[in-house]
Amino acid sequence: MIKYIKSFTLFELLHGMFLTLKYMFKAKVTINYPHEKGPLSPRFRGEHVLRRYPSGEERCIACKLCEAVCPAQAITIEAEPREDGSRRTTRYDIDMSKCIYCGLCQESCPVDAIVEGPNFEFATETREELMYTKEKLLENGDRWEQEIAQNIYLDRKYR
Amino acid sequence: MNSFSLLNDFIIPGTIIVAQILAVLMPVLISVAFLVYAERKVLALIQLRRGPNVVGPFGILQSFADALKLLTKENIVPSNSNKLVFLLAPIITMVLSLAGWAVIPFAPNWVIADINVGIMYLFAVSSLGVYGIIMAGWASNSQYPFLGALRSAAQMVSYEVSIGFVIITVLLCVGSLNLSKIVEAQQTVWFAIPLLPMFVVFFISALAETNRLPFDLPEDESTLVAGFFTEYSSASFVLFFLGEYASMILMSSMTVILFMGGWLPPFDIFPLNVIPGVVWFTLKVIFILFIFIWVRGTFPRYRYDQLMRLGWKIFLPLSLLWVVLTAGFLMLFDMVPNSL
Repeated sequence: MIKYIKSFTLFELLHGMFLTLKYMFKAKVTINYPHEKGPLSPRFRGEHVLRRYPSGEERCIACKLCEAVCPAQAITIEAEPREDGSRRTTRYDIDMSKCIYCGLCQESCPVDAIVEGPNFEFATETREELMYTKEKLLENGDRWEQEIAQNIYLDRKYR
Repeated sequence: MNSFSLLNDFIIPGTIIVAQILAVLMPVLISVAFLVYAERKVLALIQLRRGPNVVGPFGILQSFADALKLLTKENIVPSNSNKLVFLLAPIITMVLSLAGWAVIPFAPNWVIADINVGIMYLFAVSSLGVYGIIMAGWASNSQYPFLGALRSAAQMVSYEVSIGFVIITVLLCVGSLNLSKIVEAQQTVWFAIPLLPMFVVFFISALAETNRLPFDLPEDESTLVAGFFTEYSSASFVLFFLGEYASMILMSSMTVILFMGGWLPPFDIFPLNVIPGVVWFTLKVIFILFIFIWVRGTFPRYRYDQLMRLGWKIFLPLSLLWVVLTAGFLMLFDMVPNSL
């Protein structure tokens, strides 16, 4: 009997409709993206950078561990000794269109030279702009050094 | 005295008619744009999203941006389609959903054609809407549009039967087929109150008639891609879209006229009855449209056999019973209107 009363008064349907009405006035969960951004973990793996020591000397020693470990084979390194005898890269290219952002390069790096920074807004209009060179990566390093140093400091306990 | 005057017989009345048509259709088309915006916004709010908020203040111009985008795109006509019918179908849908507005009274005497069979005309025009859909499904020469068109035809025919009986119930209480008379008969009480079950049946059938959720099987995204307008793009898609939403507004106006007292204020007391009738009419239509969208945001889609069962096994007997009850009641208490 109650079942019939319920179905003829559309009780369940009205109940559902009041639920959705209630939700209409709740706080929204969408982040208003370009104006608002979500929090990022210190381990966030975004755009690559090549870092320098505080003296200005580049960290990379051309050990090619990152090139070897890269599962997408996105990294290309060529190296030869510099005038002062230290081993440095002459070429350090990352094909960002191949990169899968796995973070193995930064894990393998013995001197914390290649790091994936917190920047994820590096979309380009052409494919060529995604072929990062050593100059581009070092420039990124200079731009993001502060944030990256902070992230490495925050993550030190787990490394 | 039989002198033929081009100016007096054709140009002046012609201009007046065209002006009247524009005065009705322009607001309708603009309100379609805002209805699409309102739908996206309300659905977003129900789903805890923000909805369009970039184009114009609160994203209110989003629909105009979308229309502009669609109209500048290429109109693709499938090579296997029947081209004439394919291009004619959206035009028919659009024209039919706009033709109904000729008899809608927005306020006392605010009507283009105050004909005596207004409700019949409205019913006929909204039923003809199925032709546009069937033609689109057939002419596309592709599986999904064809299935969508078949579903649409079966669904609209089924629900028109109960809509017809609901209209008869109202007509029994009014004694006239003129829409203005129907509204005036609700001076004392809106028909939504004494005929509440019929109001609900009419509203749910209107959802099915306009192919809205939970009865949108003809354009069921999850199984039929986009149903009967899968193959449409650009301007023809815009025509279908406009036609569909215009017929949604038309059905809401029909609900308002039949059950919610058209332009009449809820109570005939001082602060309410100075507000012009067209404002009340618009507010009521907006309310019904909000329920259309609200229902869409709440219920999942019906299965096809459930849809048919609801139409033929529940609504048809219920509305038939109510016709008999209403007629009996009116006869018993000698309340039959306009009886000779």
